[in-house]
Amino acid sequence: MYPNDFKYTKDHEWVKVSGAEGQIGITDYAQKQLGDIVYLDLPEPGKVVKQGQVLGTVESVKAVSEIFSPVSGEVVRVNKDLADKPEKVNAAPHESWMVAVKLSNPAEVNTLLDATQYAELAK
Amino acid sequence: MSQSTTENLKKTALNAWHRAHGARMVPFVGWDMPVEYTGVSNEHLAVRTRAGLFDVSHMGQVEIAGKDALAAVQHITSNDASRLKVGQAHYSGLMTPKGTFVDDLLVYRFGDQHFLMVVNASNVDKDYAHIVEQIKGIGDASAVNSSSRYELIAVQGPQARGIVQKLTSVDLSAIKYYWFTHGEVAGARATLSRTGYTGEDGFEIFVAPAQAVRVWEALLEAGRDVDLIPCGLGARDTLRLEAAMRLYGNDIDDTTTVLEADLEWIVGWNKTEFVGKEALAQQKARGLTRRLVGFEMVDRGIARHGHDVCDGAAKVGAVTSGTQTPFVKKAIGMAYVPIAKTAPGTEFEVDIRGRHMRARVVALPFYKRPRG
Repeated sequence: MYPNDFKYTKDHEWVKVSGAEGQIGITDYAQKQLGDIVYLDLPEPGKVVKQGQVLGTVESVKAVSEIFSPVSGEVVRVNKDLADKPEKVNAAPHESWMVAVKLSNPAEVNTLLDATQYAELAK
Repeated sequence: MSQSTTENLKKTALNAWHRAHGARMVPFVGWDMPVEYTGVSNEHLAVRTRAGLFDVSHMGQVEIAGKDALAAVQHITSNDASRLKVGQAHYSGLMTPKGTFVDDLLVYRFGDQHFLMVVNASNVDKDYAHIVEQIKGIGDASAVNSSSRYELIAVQGPQARGIVQKLTSVDLSAIKYYWFTHGEVAGARATLSRTGYTGEDGFEIFVAPAQAVRVWEALLEAGRDVDLIPCGLGARDTLRLEAAMRLYGNDIDDTTTVLEADLEWIVGWNKTEFVGKEALAQQKARGLTRRLVGFEMVDRGIARHGHDVCDGAAKVGAVTSGTQTPFVKKAIGMAYVPIAKTAPGTEFEVDIRGRHMRARVVALPFYKRPRG
């Protein structure tokens, strides 16, 4: 269910790190809690975030939820496809990366949960 | 998945059924209620295109009976109940002396001297106390909080009538919109009311709590061939918003008058008196300074309840309801805005988490069902 090569937050975000970059999305558990996602409010490239800071918001028909950045860094890319098709996050949450961040402190990744720990939390 | 503790929450007779059939349950004004079964959008679309089944047993009922029952109802509610024939219902307001809402409600004329009022779950105790106080001086009229006697099941959607018809010998085609009758449904004594809170055709069925599960299951079975599905309060909210039906606590409350809420059609001006009439007459003579309007977002974003309506840096109003709706497929909402900004086409700004997004006033409702 939860990919082993991702790291997770207690707030139900995931980050997939490759090299100096991390792609960030929300977990299957998060999309289920939110229900039908209808809108994503994502930052512009260039925005600098700290670990735990608000990166954007996800809105479902019934709720608004903030996305907290799992890592510190600078936003380098935003997944524009999701702006027109936010429902993709419901259909494939672990393939629907929202932003890519250039990590400013790669060691932070070690503070996150691994797949087994996260699966336990999201039970 | 964790479920919040439900010990102190009230439960409808269908509570165990909801839990056993995969509903996501949430606390709602003191009740443990299903917010969704298969997803808000899916349920919303089912009601617009086929039919959906709702447990709305949390709604409250207050009955008024006695020789002076009509006088009592006329005194406490805004609409003119003398126009109701036995078997007819209408939308109305329970008013404060200021012409603001204690609650909004449906008034059913059960008999010449017997009325039933369906009120919001959150307000039952407050409404009942208010009603008892207000009718003290009115000869022969007594009020009873009969909420625990009724379970309320709503079947809504273009296929609703056909589904219910399979389970009753009552000729449903003879019941006009906002009329009701008593009869049997699936062998249970019921009141069948052609009303709803979705903007679709449909029935609201009052049954005794002991019969609720049987009637609910019979309806699902009768609706199987048209894919009737159980729905939660989430879809009920998006459906009512598309239909521009006001929600107490969001769009109307004791700080907003019936005129500001653009509901003058439920003000019985020709009545000699009712609680709030004087204040409303004065407000009408003075002219409104603000009014509830419908809007669509122009910029990308979804306005939500509580967001500010802005004119530059100044806050000039408030969004009362807002969502991205599954059928109309737009970010829509309702808001109180200054009277100068109420004409359709007028643009205003909404502060959505610190960003000012443009919205445009549109005529209500957002959705009107096709009538054959």
